[in-house]
Amino acid sequence: MKRLLGWMALMVATLWVTGTALAAGGGGAAPIVIVADTRRLSGIMAWWANLYNESHVYFTILTIVIIPVVGVIFGVLADVVMSHIGIDLKSRELAEH
Amino acid sequence: MDWLYVLMPIAGVKIFWPGLIILGVGVGVIGGFFGMGGAWMVTPGLNILGFPMAFAIGTDIAHMAGKSLISTMRHGKFGNVDYKLGCIMIVGTVAGFEVGAQMIMWLEKLGAVDRVVRWLYLVLLALIAWMVFADVAKRLRKEREAKMAGKELDKLATGLEWHKTFHKIKIPPMVHLKTAGIYCSAWLPIGVSFFTGWLAGILGIGGGLIRMPALIYLVGCPTHVAVGTDLFEVMISGLYGAGTYTYKGRTELVAAIIMLVGASVGAQIGSVATKYIKGYGIRIAFGLAVVGCFVSVLLKLIPVYYPAVNQICDVSATVLILGLVTALSIYITVKMVQGAQREVAAKKAKV
Repeated sequence: MKRLLGWMALMVATLWVTGTALAAGGGGAAPIVIVADTRRLSGIMAWWANLYNESHVYFTILTIVIIPVVGVIFGVLADVVMSHIGIDLKSRELAEH
Repeated sequence: MDWLYVLMPIAGVKIFWPGLIILGVGVGVIGGFFGMGGAWMVTPGLNILGFPMAFAIGTDIAHMAGKSLISTMRHGKFGNVDYKLGCIMIVGTVAGFEVGAQMIMWLEKLGAVDRVVRWLYLVLLALIAWMVFADVAKRLRKEREAKMAGKELDKLATGLEWHKTFHKIKIPPMVHLKTAGIYCSAWLPIGVSFFTGWLAGILGIGGGLIRMPALIYLVGCPTHVAVGTDLFEVMISGLYGAGTYTYKGRTELVAAIIMLVGASVGAQIGSVATKYIKGYGIRIAFGLAVVGCFVSVLLKLIPVYYPAVNQICDVSATVLILGLVTALSIYITVKMVQGAQREVAAKKAKV
């Protein structure tokens, strides 16, 4: 038991020291900026591409909000469809075999 | 046939949208069933459909967050998600991931990143596959021995029981994880998640492929709870990853949403299938998926040493991954439909 604890402590310490040292030494490379070509787009697609070109911050915030919202909407819709099959969707038997 | 293609506003490429839906269904089924994001399947798939690699990774992570949310909702209703364990593990995962990512920057400076990452990935996949099949073999041996002794093996009995040794560590604070049925030191899930997060950061993957077996073999979760809790983790880390990739301008939301249409159906099928396939069925299928992933990474590594076979290996790896996704999706869907039919028939017989 003591040996195992010793090994674990050593592993955590090694990871911590290596990680901190690397984090301190790492430098960032110059970012590449990709610009969206809006000439072939219209309507909501053009608005979306323009938002991307104008502000990455707003674009990111909106993306992060839209993904879970769309996930919940599709999840609930799929839930409604599944509930019509007639199977119990609220419990299961826990067994490994 | 122009209507079958959508112009992606950011990447500026025309993409065959039914392909995105099919990919979404496949990865939704597998992700919901195994409790992982499935980046190793989606990224090459998106690349084949025409996305540049940087956009393929970002779009995959964005869709992964939404898909995992759908699967988590379903697994949560089944009681498969240990939210307390998930929240504790987020701390270690994020810290570990950042350390791993910094380590990659350092390896990049040395110019050895590709080879190191691929070899590490190979070793890790071999280790996971060995762990799964050693566990299955041991479990079968226990079952045979119990049968010979005229007894019946406990429903929750497992082959490898390393977690029991880890549970003996009593460093405070101790936590009781009700859904998983575990009482252990909080440092165990934190340590395990740091380690798996670190590996995920180095390998540049979501981490579900490593975290799911780690939750089973190191933390001691029942298979179903490991799947559900891992999906909860994937959802959080997916949102974080989507944020960072989107800020760098590498996410195509339109493609992610189209994929989510298919993934919402696939995720439900995969999650519900865990109701009909017992823990060891999930473990064996997972082991096979890991073996497939191992072979595909190996095929990508061979051309580094033998450039002449580059094209053959590339095509073989793609065929293998897509074939594996298709075969596993069909197996899981068939099992889910058969189970549902049995349940509905049993309900009708009762009435």
